[in-house]
Amino acid sequence: MKKKKSSRADLIFNIINYTVFGIFTLLCVYPFYYLIINTISANDLSANGSIIFWPKGMHFENYIEVLKLKGLMPAALISLGRTVLGTACTVLASSFLGFAFTQQYLWKRKVWYRILVASMYFNAGLIPMYLTMNTLHLTNNFFVYIIPVIVQPFNIILVKTYVESLPISLQEAAEIDGAGVMTVFLKVILPTSTPILATIAIFSAVGQWNSFQDTLIYITDQKLYSLQYLLYQYINQANSLATMIRSSGGGTAVDMAALATRQTPTSIRMTVSVIVVLPILFVYPIFQRYFVKGIMIGSVKG
Amino acid sequence: MRTKTKTIKNSPGIQRKHRGKVLFLMILPFLLLNFLFAYFPLHGWAYAFFDYRPPLKLSQCDFVGWKWFRMLFSNPTQLSQLWQVMVNTFAMSLLGIATSILPLFFAVFLNEIKCKRFKSVTQTLTTIPNFISWILVYSVAFSLFSNSGMVNTLLQNLGIVEAPVKFLDSDKHTWLSMILWSNWKGLGWNAIMYLAAIAGIDMELYEAAKIDGAGRFKLMRYITIPELLPTFFVLLMLSVANFLNNGVDQYFVFQNAFNKNHIQVLDLYVYNIGMTGKSQSLATAISIMKSGVSITLLTVVNFISKRLRGESII
Repeated sequence: MKKKKSSRADLIFNIINYTVFGIFTLLCVYPFYYLIINTISANDLSANGSIIFWPKGMHFENYIEVLKLKGLMPAALISLGRTVLGTACTVLASSFLGFAFTQQYLWKRKVWYRILVASMYFNAGLIPMYLTMNTLHLTNNFFVYIIPVIVQPFNIILVKTYVESLPISLQEAAEIDGAGVMTVFLKVILPTSTPILATIAIFSAVGQWNSFQDTLIYITDQKLYSLQYLLYQYINQANSLATMIRSSGGGTAVDMAALATRQTPTSIRMTVSVIVVLPILFVYPIFQRYFVKGIMIGSVKG
Repeated sequence: MRTKTKTIKNSPGIQRKHRGKVLFLMILPFLLLNFLFAYFPLHGWAYAFFDYRPPLKLSQCDFVGWKWFRMLFSNPTQLSQLWQVMVNTFAMSLLGIATSILPLFFAVFLNEIKCKRFKSVTQTLTTIPNFISWILVYSVAFSLFSNSGMVNTLLQNLGIVEAPVKFLDSDKHTWLSMILWSNWKGLGWNAIMYLAAIAGIDMELYEAAKIDGAGRFKLMRYITIPELLPTFFVLLMLSVANFLNNGVDQYFVFQNAFNKNHIQVLDLYVYNIGMTGKSQSLATAISIMKSGVSITLLTVVNFISKRLRGESII
């Protein structure tokens, strides 16, 4: 009797549990699906929000037209450049510093390490940061995306913790063979710390790709806009952009076919959004295990 | 001293000291970078004590002492503005803390799903929103909830509403929509830490409880959730320490002329008056006070954590 009751409760619980998770998962995925199907649907339909489940009147004009937008390709290059270069610098610096701070013989090791870690817990604030960047001639400069993020204490802690967990005999063996600091770092530490370095690389790449506050604050030169910032501008100015594209397309007679592929504010906004989000969606499943590993290492540190 | 130095013939102590200095020189450029972008900007706090006007140099501006700090609390319009900003900041932080229990339940209930495939697909897909920028979130929100967006079209077609509902450009339920968006973005991701913690729970605890006749719900109630509470506690302490740091991104992208009154949290306020309102000295003064409060909170929270758990969180 008792067992039957609990299995019924079990069943109800299971149904609710699966349903709630199913709905929440849909809520997380559907917006992206919605964006994608709308960008390949007839633009007059997507403009009034009537593409809901599947694309109607498929065409790929939007992508062709949007890629022609002035500023899009340069912004894509800026975003790509800062992601690749910024990530490379962060990973190299974090790995070298993380390794250096495990070396007991480093001169005044504890002092430098404390200074570094302490800098995580305060922030000068927006205006002082802006003035500093200005003094250093980093405003309206591509390197504002790179140089300030090279040294990141949190990443250094991650590498240090990881290297400390490696068997010390690895390094000792290399040193007996006469290896110097750089050799130990390049030949012993780098190859054995790939898991943690991959984690840092993914996090910093996603961070670089998604960042827009730095553009907002330090950049006024349009040539240095990142893709994210451009998207923000497009969202705000989509109306004027659509007229621009339409007028440059020549004054052909309005028939149904033209209406379906004609650029609307909605089509432009959504198409640029898809272009911005696709790299994340592609890269994400491949690297998910590193994300998980990263947050676990972070949590062990506490 | 480690054994390896014995192999070096000439005075190992000096050799070691020399190596230490060499390594220090190698990391010195990075230490300087850290100094340049973390410590050096602090000199900018001086601007809070001047009447700084951007094209001029600081030496050409008037020293005004505590004027900006006093103005924040004496000027009635300024004070009422700051009050509203603080109310918003408290509301968003408190709502954030209140919903920070959700990832814990997310993990506990997801753990109850026995179908491995469903579980991993759910976990993967619900973490995606965490990896897109707030601008993209806004783009998504705009596509779905603007006047001609999918939700309004649907509501109108179904005859539920006559005119489009203004989800984005109105000041109604601003806090609610902000907390919903931040949960949409972060819930799945924040649950990962708890899922990792669940994976680390000793299976013998469950076995023992099962032998004692505990059912599924009792296992959740008396084992899984209590085992997760320490993790929850650490995260709770961190969010208390970050009480004033709501960040700019989310509120910046969602702000507009209609909802400004209820969306301006402290970080956004500093941005708005400092970068667009051009009163940089006032913005710096607010930053300084904010840093003071934040560091105090961190110290207090760390003290509490040490008392209760015997472990510091920083």
